[in-house]
Amino acid sequence: MNGPQDLGGMMGFGPIAPEPGEPLFHAPWEKRALALSLAMGATRQWSIDTSRHAREKVAPELYWSLSYYEIWIEGLMRLMDERHMLEGAPKQLPVLEATRVAAILSKGSNYNREVSNAPLFEIGDRVKVRNLHTTGHTRLPGYLRGKTGQVALYHKAHVFPDSNAHGLGENPQHLYTVRFSARDVFSSETNDTLQADLFESYLEDP
Amino acid sequence: MPHDGHDHDDHSELSPIALRVRALESLLVEKGYVDPAALDVLIETYETKIGPRNGAKVVAKSWADPEFAAWLKTDATAAIASLGYTGRQGEHMVAVFNTPDTHNMVVCTLCSCYPWPVLGLPPVWYKSPPYRSRAVIDPRGVLAEFGVTLPDTTKVSVWDSTAEIRYLVIPMRPANTDGMNEEELATLVNRDSMIGTRLAGIVV
Repeated sequence: MNGPQDLGGMMGFGPIAPEPGEPLFHAPWEKRALALSLAMGATRQWSIDTSRHAREKVAPELYWSLSYYEIWIEGLMRLMDERHMLEGAPKQLPVLEATRVAAILSKGSNYNREVSNAPLFEIGDRVKVRNLHTTGHTRLPGYLRGKTGQVALYHKAHVFPDSNAHGLGENPQHLYTVRFSARDVFSSETNDTLQADLFESYLEDP
Repeated sequence: MPHDGHDHDDHSELSPIALRVRALESLLVEKGYVDPAALDVLIETYETKIGPRNGAKVVAKSWADPEFAAWLKTDATAAIASLGYTGRQGEHMVAVFNTPDTHNMVVCTLCSCYPWPVLGLPPVWYKSPPYRSRAVIDPRGVLAEFGVTLPDTTKVSVWDSTAEIRYLVIPMRPANTDGMNEEELATLVNRDSMIGTRLAGIVV
């Protein structure tokens, strides 16, 4: 969706202002917010794609005024509200146990999937980004729409977030890293490049 | 650990968000959806075990060991896993190497994707609109804010982590470090140099 999360190329947000000696957390509640988000993710009521979509559905004026952990809490509340998890009798959910944390974190989730169709593109191919305005979740950043680049890396097939975020299945697709010239994308006067990881259905022959 | 061992705010005046998170935690514990001990372990893991010192060891090894560097180039996930760094938000790793010709910089314009097993949790600036908006349209302006000015002959290459691939920048090895071992080299690697917003060999 053309939501508040799609920030690439926007202007007016001010200086980056890295904080010297920045602490890992700025308040004790941030620790709990991080841990609650991870622990509730482990109850398998939603995917990482669904949780990203919950955050990007936060209205722009709110999204841009919240700190990142505030956005996480806002997203978590919405995920649970949508599933009526905060009311009524508790459901039986898989609960993350303290003794399992290390194993689960070090295992992670492999997003590669086997598919039977061959990739449409190969490394070195010129590809054009389709002019998509997806109303749901997407991982196509707006600044690349309509731009032509070159396939730099191929990652086999990965879970397709645009589908998975909505509970419509993983529908894995071939995933490519596509290289663009900063001249083409942002009228840069340099030879700088931009790379983004793009799913096959975002791309077409130029 | 005592029942209330995790650190709630000490002062009685809690901010609305702190109160909200505390109430949420109480409710989720009451419903049996989260185990507070697991929350403590999660926090402790990112406070003490998973952080940019991991990435620094990867970089130092790649400087010291050409075979490891070659492996990192062809299969970063496996090479990094050989040092014990695997899992959540680092399942599919790509290492990008800085050279005199190319300086790499990583961003996630759409959220906050970041290679947790090697760098830990991202700093606030990495997750915030100023960096996420400008890294792609004005990377040299961003670098200037971090005190980095590159020659015009060095191309800036920005990697927007839009899927589940996670990028680790391998900064250039600082000059006059020939005699150093891996442990010494690792001390030269600051976190931001592995995001690509600074160079290695400077103290941040």
